[in-house]
Amino acid sequence: MEALAKSDFLAKGEHAAKPLVLWRPSAKTGLMSWLTTVDHKRIGFLYGISGLFFFIFGGFEALLIRIQLAVPNNSFLTSAQYSEMFTMHGTTMIFLVVMPIGAAFFNFIMPLQIGARDVAFPRLNAFSFWTFAVGAVILNLGWFMRDGAPDAGWFGYAPLTTRHFSPTHAIDMWVMGLQLLGVASIAAALNFIVTIINMRAPGMTMMRLPVFTWMTLFTSFLIVLSFPAITIALVEIMMDRLFGTNFFEVSNGGLPILWQHLFWIFGHPEVYILILPAMGIISEILPTFSRKPLFGYPIVVFSGASIGFLGFGVWSHHMFTTGMGTTATAAFALMTMAIAVPTGVKMFNWIGTLWGGHLTMRTPMMFAIGFLWMFMIGGLSGIMHSAAPSDAQQHGSYFIVAHFHYVLIGGSLFALFAGIHYWFPLMFGRMVSEFWGKMSFWFVFIGFNVTFFPMHFLGMEGMPRRTFTYDGNMGWNLGNMVATVGAFILGIGVAIYFVTMVYTYLKGARTTRDPWDARTLEWSLPNPPPEYNFRVIPTVHARDGWWYEKRHKEEIDREVAEHAKAEDSHGGIHMPFQSIYPFLASFGILIGAIGVAVIDPANTAQYPGFWGPKVAVCILGAAFMFVSVVLWSLEGNEGYHIHLNEDGSIKPGDDHSGH
Amino acid sequence: MSSNAAAGTIDHHLDPTTTTGIPNKKLLMWAFLASDCMFFGCLISTHLIYRLHPPPGTLPARQVFSIELTSFSTFILLMSSLMMALAVNAIQKGNLKSLRWSLLTTIFFGCIFLGCQVYEFRNFVFEKHLTITNSILGTTFFTLTGTHGLHVLIGVIWLSGMLIYSFTGRLTEKDAIDVESMGLYWHFVDIVWIVIFTAVYLLEYI
Repeated sequence: MEALAKSDFLAKGEHAAKPLVLWRPSAKTGLMSWLTTVDHKRIGFLYGISGLFFFIFGGFEALLIRIQLAVPNNSFLTSAQYSEMFTMHGTTMIFLVVMPIGAAFFNFIMPLQIGARDVAFPRLNAFSFWTFAVGAVILNLGWFMRDGAPDAGWFGYAPLTTRHFSPTHAIDMWVMGLQLLGVASIAAALNFIVTIINMRAPGMTMMRLPVFTWMTLFTSFLIVLSFPAITIALVEIMMDRLFGTNFFEVSNGGLPILWQHLFWIFGHPEVYILILPAMGIISEILPTFSRKPLFGYPIVVFSGASIGFLGFGVWSHHMFTTGMGTTATAAFALMTMAIAVPTGVKMFNWIGTLWGGHLTMRTPMMFAIGFLWMFMIGGLSGIMHSAAPSDAQQHGSYFIVAHFHYVLIGGSLFALFAGIHYWFPLMFGRMVSEFWGKMSFWFVFIGFNVTFFPMHFLGMEGMPRRTFTYDGNMGWNLGNMVATVGAFILGIGVAIYFVTMVYTYLKGARTTRDPWDARTLEWSLPNPPPEYNFRVIPTVHARDGWWYEKRHKEEIDREVAEHAKAEDSHGGIHMPFQSIYPFLASFGILIGAIGVAVIDPANTAQYPGFWGPKVAVCILGAAFMFVSVVLWSLEGNEGYHIHLNEDGSIKPGDDHSGH
Repeated sequence: MSSNAAAGTIDHHLDPTTTTGIPNKKLLMWAFLASDCMFFGCLISTHLIYRLHPPPGTLPARQVFSIELTSFSTFILLMSSLMMALAVNAIQKGNLKSLRWSLLTTIFFGCIFLGCQVYEFRNFVFEKHLTITNSILGTTFFTLTGTHGLHVLIGVIWLSGMLIYSFTGRLTEKDAIDVESMGLYWHFVDIVWIVIFTAVYLLEYI
């Protein structure tokens, strides 16, 4: 009954001897440290860097599209290449850019905002990233293969994606890539939900959570509840393609419309998965640079919740032209109009935050105000689509392209750029140059509007989406030329942004703690934050926790000293061991996914019947993953303890043997 | 925490290290099951939608199903949930011997269910000529029940792993949450089967 002598949850009992020898990596630098990291900040960097890498990729694809469309009857790209471009541009920007950059902030910022030392399941967090990376690789493998990249649109409508119409492996890779990105997103989201609900610092009640953390929570719930729909849709199309089932096979009773429903049941909440984190970032930046608390905090939170909730009831507004019947169309139109209400409420709350504030026009603030303005334009054209008769006219036209780029670039991307600028000093301890920051803002802002505003008119004049060229007598020449010029201005703006960031990372001016005089807990940390985050777990006394701390120094100092002593006597700070198994498990998934998506099926002359190299590789991958997961669970979630000096440095001779 | 230890019992419903007192692993499993609900929800919906649109020449499901066999395997699966609950109870009392017997019975019942399913599938394919490719009923039926069977199989593997682990001496009353979250998964898989049994089988006999 040794178990009873110890506290039941605080620490795992020491096991006399480890029966299984398991390697616990401890590298703090070099490649191995990144492969085995379980530190939420490092995983955040990995997500962020991948997202920015694919942003260059997706942006390049966009420029090729714009070059092709610059003049009528252009032959810069063939129609097949053009299809690959718009498919991969959309898929990349949504799943490999906005989502991972959002996840980078969830990982890096959210635990710091709630006063936690890590997420609830550090190894699961690493697994999420590596699985995301595997999905990204599978998705882009086609560029290097004869089959080419996926080319059926980011929504992959059946029956275009069935084997009959897309016989190559390109669609297999798209299906498998998205499937894995879904697994990664769900695993990460589960982790964030548990972290936010269960790992808050003392005093951090739910209604004191920073709005960004709230939006992380809502986004995570949306991911957990909406991704299963696309998982099933992808399973069904995969079954059709691999085993000849009839889910979308019309001749045998399949209904391709089912794909559209399943896809958009996922796809519409996905839109909010992309925009809610952006709204969270904006809700952090505006108060900081207005030097006021967020106006109507509870209403902003509840609006976020209602957007998330209503987001599950509007999917069919993507399908108004499929002939659902008047009742369904009216119901979905009504719900779509309803969802504009909480969004509008948020808009007014942000304006209320700015109202009467001492505005400081730094770069993050410029992007944030750009967000308000641009997102509002995108939102207004969105409300136009809720009227089904009007939508029937705009459906599949460039008006839609204009609309969703206003909400995704003017909305999500502006906010993510603002967030990168805002948290850069915290992440790297260096300050971005104001001049170059604002220069990139103006180029991005002007380029973006010059590109996408004319598309409203092009759409109204009937220019269809996803067609690789057009005739010179349609009246679309000027609008397209302007849009292409705008795209290059936007490209220059993004290039300035990137160069500025890289320069600042290497040579930027060093900055001190809390350079913006901000309000939330992450700014109480030295920059860059130490591996253990908080020397002493903070106690939260008010909604803007750090703002309160700065104004009640004596009280806080006393409290911190007390708690430091208490924590030290409880054995110091618990740090989780690093682990290679999340990476290995994802690697097994990579092998299996290549088996599923890339290798030709059996049933050929050489391999008659079921068995063949495809099945062999799939089984190999599954076995590799299974062994990794077993070792992962056997090594246990143990860690080691560190003790800190007053200044936050780690005391030497610490207990690294751990339990 | 230490007060529990002093009293000689562990409170398995309160984890003092978390904000809410709910153990992290339990919360993770609940959130995952919510996700899995949507997962099965979409599959079951697919089946129910296609059930309303049978193409001409479709075999009536009643001529294919054997309700007696499936009722038996359903009963067995429900009984396995009882044994799973006893297993959780046993580990919470630190009773390893009882845990092992309960786990073993749960695994045994799970295997009976899987065996019935394999028999059923073979019977459908070879005797009733219902395959995954030859009709929309076969497509949705085999995909849905097959996915559920896969969940049961994963559960059986997990249970077996826990059973083997219990002999290493490292599984103690403190790890009850590991068994409990496994139990949550197992009960969920059973509950989903009740829905599938109703929506796929019983519905055909109304």
